[in-house]
Amino acid sequence: MSDLQLQVRDLKIGATVYPPGEKTHDIEIVHGVSFDLEKGKVLGLIGESGAGKSTIGFAAMSYGRGGVKITGGEVWINGRDVLKSDTGDIRKLRGGEVTYVSQSAAGSFNPAKKILDQVVEAAVEQNKFSRKDAEARARDLFEKLGLPDPENIGDRYPHQVSGGQLQRCMTALALCPEPDLVVFDEPTTALDVTTQIDVLMAIKAAIRETGVAALYITHDLAVVAQVSDDIMVLRHGDMVEYGPVDQIINHPQEEYTQALVSVRSINHEEKEPNGEPVLCVRNITARYKGTQFDVLHNVNVELYPGQTLAVVGESGSGKSTLARVITGLLPPREGEIEFAGRNLSADLAGRSQEDLRELQMIYHVADVAMYPRQTVGTIIGRPLEFYFEMKGDEKRKRIIALLDEIELGEEFIDRYPAELSGGQKQRVCIARALAAKPKMIICDEVTSALDPLVADGILKLLLNLQKIEDVAFLFITHDLATVRAISDTIAVMYQGKVQRYGGKTKVLSPPFDDYTDTFCSARSPRCVWAGWKR
Amino acid sequence: MTGDLGTALTSGAYITASITKRLSNTLFLAVWAAIIAVPLAIFLGLLAVRFKDRWPDKLISAVTLASISIPEFLIGYVLMYLIAVKLRWFPSVAMINDGMSLGEKLSAIALPVTVLTLVVLAHMMRMTRAAILNVMQSAYIETAELKGLNGFQVIFRHAFPNAIAPIVNVVMLNLAYLVVGVVVIEVVFVYPGMGQYLVDHVSKRDVPVVQACGLIFAAVYIGLNMIADIVAILSNPRLRHPK
Repeated sequence: MSDLQLQVRDLKIGATVYPPGEKTHDIEIVHGVSFDLEKGKVLGLIGESGAGKSTIGFAAMSYGRGGVKITGGEVWINGRDVLKSDTGDIRKLRGGEVTYVSQSAAGSFNPAKKILDQVVEAAVEQNKFSRKDAEARARDLFEKLGLPDPENIGDRYPHQVSGGQLQRCMTALALCPEPDLVVFDEPTTALDVTTQIDVLMAIKAAIRETGVAALYITHDLAVVAQVSDDIMVLRHGDMVEYGPVDQIINHPQEEYTQALVSVRSINHEEKEPNGEPVLCVRNITARYKGTQFDVLHNVNVELYPGQTLAVVGESGSGKSTLARVITGLLPPREGEIEFAGRNLSADLAGRSQEDLRELQMIYHVADVAMYPRQTVGTIIGRPLEFYFEMKGDEKRKRIIALLDEIELGEEFIDRYPAELSGGQKQRVCIARALAAKPKMIICDEVTSALDPLVADGILKLLLNLQKIEDVAFLFITHDLATVRAISDTIAVMYQGKVQRYGGKTKVLSPPFDDYTDTFCSARSPRCVWAGWKR
Repeated sequence: MTGDLGTALTSGAYITASITKRLSNTLFLAVWAAIIAVPLAIFLGLLAVRFKDRWPDKLISAVTLASISIPEFLIGYVLMYLIAVKLRWFPSVAMINDGMSLGEKLSAIALPVTVLTLVVLAHMMRMTRAAILNVMQSAYIETAELKGLNGFQVIFRHAFPNAIAPIVNVVMLNLAYLVVGVVVIEVVFVYPGMGQYLVDHVSKRDVPVVQACGLIFAAVYIGLNMIADIVAILSNPRLRHPK
C-alpha cells in the first residue's frame, strides 16, 4: 500500500457548455474512471480526441482547464484525497509532488524568461531545493536528457533552442523538483518524426532512472506500448479496457481496443508501373520569391495512372513545395512538368481549364478548406457546375452518387461543414475533388489531423476510390505507416532533394542510405509494436 | 538651425529665456503626477487582473472610468471647492516660485497633481489590465499555475514581463499627455507653466511663441514614443537575442 502513488476512484468530471441558441447547461465528460499507479510505474492513457485523457491528467493535479470542474470521486496521492485539499495544499502538490509536461513545450515556456530560471522555479518555490542545488540538478537532467551543452543551455531563451530540445527542457522542468508523479500530455505529438523517437527515448530513460510514477497520455498506441507498464483505453469519457501492455496489445478483449490495435494494418500490394505516366516531374529546381536558396533541387518523379506516389520526409524537406510547383502556385526556376502527355504551363494563369480539372487537391485541414456558410451540396456541386455545367436534377443526382461513393448518405446534402465530424469533413473534400473527374489528386497530409481510427477509414476509402475511378494519388505525408498502407512508389525527400526513389518494397528494404535509415527507425515504435503483434 | 526661438511679438522678450522657466515648471508638475499615477495605475491593473470579475476589479473599473469621463476642469473646480475652500488642506491656486522649498512647492501643486492623476489613471490601468489578461490566456501561464505558484506570483513573474511592451506604450502616451495636455489644468489652477504661456499668447495672436511651444510639445511627444519603442525592444528577448 505504501508504494501506491496515485489512486483514482470513480472520478467524474463535468463542464459547462454554451451552445449557441440554447440554454447553458452542464455535461459530464468523464463518467467514473478508476485506476491505481504504483511508484516507478507508467500508466498509458489512450483514446481518440475528446475521450477525456487530458482532463483526467489534469485532475491528478486537481486542476480543471477552462470551465472544467471535477464533480465527483476521489484522487488519492501519497495518502490524501487531493480533491478535498485546500488551496495551500493543492499549491504544494502542484509543482512539488505532481508535475506536468505539456504537448507544446514551445507554448508552455515563458518567452521572456531564461530556460534555467523556469526549470528550477517550481523546485525552489516549493522549498525542495536551494536555488544552487536546483540549478545543479537541472544541469544534471539536461545532460541525462541528451541536450547539447548542458552547462550553458539553461542560459538561453526558449526561442533559441529547437522544438525537440525544448520538449526535453520541459521534461527536465517536470523532473527537477523530484516529483512523485509526472503527467505527460502527448509530449511527442507536436514534434517532427525524426525528433519524436529521440525525445521519446530520452523521456523513457529519464522515467526509469528517476523512478517516478508517470501518467502518459497519447492517442498513439505505438508510443504508449513503448513507454508504459499498463494501458487504459478511454472512449467518450468511459474506460474501455485497462490492463498490462502485453494484454492490451496482444489479447485485446473489447471491440474498440481491437480496432485500435489493428489500425494501419491495411494490406496494399505494390502495383507495377504500367502504361504512360500521368505525371512526369523533370529536373525541378525551385525557390521562394525573395529568398536566396533553393527549396527543391533537381527533383525527378513519375506517377502512373491508378497508382499512388508517396512523398515522405520531415517538415522542411520540400514535400509541400513540390505540391505547390505541380499545382502551378510556385513556378519553378528550372525543369518542366508533363501531365497526361502534355506539357504543363509553369504558372497557374497559363493552364487550361482541362489542366485544372484533371489535377485536383485535398488539403491537410478540412475545416479551413471548405466555406463554412455553404452546404455540403453546394460545395460538391460547385465543380460540377464549373467544369461540366450541370444543373438541377442532373447535378443533384451526381452529388448523391458522389456522397454515396464517400460512404455518406443523401441526408448530408443540406448540412453545413460545422455539423460534420473531422472525418466526414475530409470525406466531403475528397468528394469535391472527385467531382471534377480528375486524373490525379494531390493529397497533402490528409490524415495527419485525424484520429487513428478515422484516418484508417479515410485511407481505406481512398484505396477503394482509386480502384473504381482509376485516379492517381500524389500522397504527401510524414508518416511511414501511412506510406506502407497506401503507396506503390515512394520518394523520400530530405533538404529539397529526392534521397531515395522507387517501388515501395525496394525503398523500404535495406540497404538504406543514412537518412532513410533514421527516417525508418524514427517510426520504430511502430515497427517494434508490429513485431509484438507477430 | 541655431536653436534660437526668436523674440515674442507682444513683449519683445527672448522666447528661449521665458520658455525655459515655464517648461521646467510644467515638467515639475508632470513628473510628480507621473510618479504617483504610473505605479498606481499598474498596481491597480494587476489587482484588477488578480480579482478579475470580482468586486475589487469592478470597483477599480468603475472609479477610474468615472474619473476619466468627468471633464478635468470640472474635477479641478470640485476638488478646489472641497479641499481648498471647505477643508483648507491645500492652496487653491498653484502658484510656485524659486523662493519656495520643495515641501512648499509640493503643497502648492497637490491639487493639480491629483486632478492629472485621476485623468490619466484610467487609461493606463485599463490597458495594463487588458494586456495582462491577454497574456493570461497563454499556455505558459497554465504551466506557471501547475508549478504551484500563487495568483500574484503568476501575474507578476510570468504575465507582466510579457505585457511590458503594450503597457509602456500607453504609459508613454499618457506621460506625453501630462506634458502636452496640461493647458486646461494650468489655466484652472493658474500654474505658471507652458500651457498657460501658450494660452496667453494664443489670445494675443503671438505666432512665434505659439510656434515655439508647438515645437517643444512635438519634441516631447516624439521623444517619449521613441523611448516606448526602445523599451519594447529591450523587454523582448526575441529581439534582444536573435537566433
